[in-house]
Order: sequence, then C-alpha cells, then structure tokens
Amino acid sequence: MANVKKSPWLIHYDGSSCNGCDIEVLACMTPVYDAERLGVENTGDPMQADILLITGGINSQAVPVVKQIYDQMPRPKVVVAVGVCACTGGIFKECYNVLGGADVVVPVDIYVPGCAARPQSIIDGIIQARDLFQKRSKEHDALVKAGKTYDEYKEEEANG
Amino acid sequence: MGKRSVVPFGPQHPVLPEPVHLDLVIEDEKVIEAIPNIGFIHRGLEGLTEKRDFKQMTYVIERTCGICSFGHGMGYVETLEKMMNVEVPSRAKYLRTIWAEMARIHSHLLWLGLMADAFGFESLFYQAWRVRERVLDLQEMTTGGRIIFSVNQLGGVLRDIDSEQEKVILDTLKDVQKDIKTIADSFLMDYSVESRLKGVGILTKEQAHDLGCCGPFARASGLNYDMRKLGYEAYGELDFEPIISREGDSFARCECRINELYQSIDLIRQAFSKMPSGDIAVSVKGNPTGEYFNRIEQPRGEAIYYIKANGSKKLDRFRLRTPTFANLAGLCEMLKNCEYSDVGVLALTIDPCISCTER
Repeated sequence: MANVKKSPWLIHYDGSSCNGCDIEVLACMTPVYDAERLGVENTGDPMQADILLITGGINSQAVPVVKQIYDQMPRPKVVVAVGVCACTGGIFKECYNVLGGADVVVPVDIYVPGCAARPQSIIDGIIQARDLFQKRSKEHDALVKAGKTYDEYKEEEANG
Repeated sequence: MGKRSVVPFGPQHPVLPEPVHLDLVIEDEKVIEAIPNIGFIHRGLEGLTEKRDFKQMTYVIERTCGICSFGHGMGYVETLEKMMNVEVPSRAKYLRTIWAEMARIHSHLLWLGLMADAFGFESLFYQAWRVRERVLDLQEMTTGGRIIFSVNQLGGVLRDIDSEQEKVILDTLKDVQKDIKTIADSFLMDYSVESRLKGVGILTKEQAHDLGCCGPFARASGLNYDMRKLGYEAYGELDFEPIISREGDSFARCECRINELYQSIDLIRQAFSKMPSGDIAVSVKGNPTGEYFNRIEQPRGEAIYYIKANGSKKLDRFRLRTPTFANLAGLCEMLKNCEYSDVGVLALTIDPCISCTER
C-alpha cells in the first residue's frame, strides 16, 4: 500500500458552480499543467478516490449527492474546496437557492481561492491535499495497528 | 420482449463534468425512454436582479457559465444598450466580435476533447486541450482572464487590443489552425472514431425543427439557423455563411463544430483587417425602462435575453433562455432506441452546458 500514500486519486464534483472552475480542474489534468505528474489521477468512482474536489457553492439539491460521495470514499480522505464559491458561496452567496460554501455539508480541509481558480492555485491545493493525505494515512495505520476503528478513536478523542 | 428496468445516469458520472440526471428506461440493451431531471446547479441567478443594480449584474451574468461567459456578458449589455439607445463605438463592436469568436474556438476545442474522452480516445482529448491552452493564453493576454474575462461594460468594452497584441494573436492563430487540422484528421478520418459516431443518434431536419433545437446541434441536421446572420455587433460587416452538415448523426455534429473552428479563425482575421480605430466605450447615463428581447449566437446555439425595467437602478425581471435548454428536448428524442453504451457519447453531442440551463 506504499504507493497509495504517494498517489492519491481525485474525484471531482460540481456543487453548483458556473463551470469555470470545473474546466480549470480538467485543464489541470491536461498536458500544459499536467497534475498527473504529481501522482494523482482523476477518477469517476468515489470508492477509489482519496481526495474530493468540490467546485461551486452548495444548493439544496446537491446536499445529498455531495454527502453520498463523501461517505462512499474510503478513509482517510481529504476535501478541497476549489474556487471562491466553494469557499464561501462567492458571488452567488445571496442567491435564494445557495446554502453557502462546501463546508455546510462536508468538512473542508483546503480552500483554493479564485474566480475562476487558476490551474496553478488548484495544483497548489492538490499538493497540500496530498501532503495532508500522507499525514492522515500514517495516523490511520497507527489506528489499524492498535486494532481500533475510526469511530472508537473519535469517541476516545471526544471523551478526552 | 425483454424486461424493462430503469437505470440512473448521473448526477455524478465520469463523462459529465457537470451534474445532470437522466432516468433511462431500458429493455435489454436498448434505451426506450430518457427522462431528464435537472436542478442540481440551480442557484437562482435571475433572482439576484432584486439585490444588485443593472451595472453590477453584468458581472453576475458573466458567471452564468464559465464556458460561454463572454457571450452572456455581451448579450446582456447589448440588450441594455438597445433598450437605452446607446450608440456603441464601432471599434468596441469589433473587439467584442473577436473575443466572442475566441470564446467559440475555446468552447469547441473543449467539446472536441471531452467527446474524444467519452469515446475512449484519451490522447486525442489531451491534444485538443493542449491546443485550447494556446487560445486561453491569447484571451489572458488581451483581457486578463483565462475564462471569465469581465471586459464587457455598458457602452463598450474595458480593454483595447493594440497592434503588438494583434500580431501575436494572428501568429498564434496560424499555429492553432495547423494543430486543429491534425486533430480534425484524427476525428474525421480515423476508422475507429467513424465506427463509433457514424449513423449513431440520428436527428432528422424535421425533428430538429419541431423540437426547437438550435446551434451546431441543429445545423448538423441541416437546419440553416445561425443568429450571427442577424448582424449584431460586427457580424453584419463580416463575410461568412453558416456551417451546415446534412446527416444529423454524431459524426455530422463533430464535423460541423470542426468546420466552425476554421470559420471562427477566419472571422477573427476578417475582423482585424476591418477594425477601425477610435474609442472603445462611451459613457452611459440614466436607467433603462421598458422591455426588450435580444437573441445572440452562443457557441452552443441561440441564447435569448429578456429584460424588463422600470426606470430605477434595479431591473424588474431578467430572463435567459439558454441553448442547452432548447437542445435537451432533442437529446431525449435522440436517446430513444439507442444502445445503452452510446448514451454517454450522445449526451455529449448536444454540448450540454448545465450551468447555463439551470442558472
């Protein structure tokens, strides 16, 4: 499993974005920016993904979809909010159907600013997410060695 | 007769960068019916007219969609200008035309890439997007933004293209044209691509007309329907004919869009050769009143803008009919009796832009 820690796979979901950040996320994977040289790969299957990229704010219809994708991903996992809409709701914050940034549904670890976020900053976000993923993998391994499940660990942490 | 079952397609699906949900009623491997379910990206953008004044709305409306961003901004300010009888300087009109055509090139190249990815030709996807980056660089050089330009303003544009930039643009377009030729050969002359696209998802001219389809999707079925022929902005002074294919299958749609790429490059060259010097904007005073309909041709087809204003800073109503909304009816018709494995490719051939559709 050593490679998995170095090569986390991405999944991308469009919360309610204007498409600008979506195509920039895709542009990151193509030859000019080529995020795949960092070991990441874009996948369509949540069960094979380690990093979730969310673009756009969250509206009420997207809530169950984002939750389901997040729940289907195996632990450890990292969430990256790409673009100012995913960070706070952005220009659409006052729209009646937008609940806010991605953090209203799932815990977000890394925020990538920009409207639309530039490929360079998205790649920076992916690198930070990869490092965080490696850190979390180590913690996860320690848990497995100790024979504890994640829920037990969380419970212990909550009880101090 | 086999057993009927319902297979969900989307909202999260590898071929779709955006969420749209289709319920596919299938019998064995044949699709009997497709029922679309949209609303995953609905933000309520039109409702923001209550909170923002009409000049601020330009920047909101540009963010309807990241791919057709320039077109939406242009359509909105153009509608307001016609309402308020503003005479836009001729140079601004030419500049808008040039940027609109650049946006068309980048949108069509993006679509060609996604299409190649959908039928499993991944290296072609990478090549199409590599060429697209050249166009994005030009857009960034002239406007400061890669995909959302924000150069439209009421009464003109915010930036000018100087002669140095013009030279770079024309030189780059020469290279881009060569690269497009290489990509086009892979699309139009490759045996395996042909076998995947030819004769699949046929929409006849009558069907396309009856269902109200628009854009390259309708033109591939032989419908001569291009809003640029109305002559808005500088299109009236440029020489071009709408690109039409007859067959109405997936291959014809590919062909139509590839030929439009060459046409757009030609239009940019024409626009540069005819562009007059002068101001790029006039100042506009007062608020709009009355109501107005306006139509423009987006990369995906005809977009309709409706504005109702009461003379105050805030508009009464803004409404936008997007091309994808018109083409969804055609998609559902086309999906009937197709193979289940073709659904992903067929859904892409209308060039769906769900962000525009749901706003």
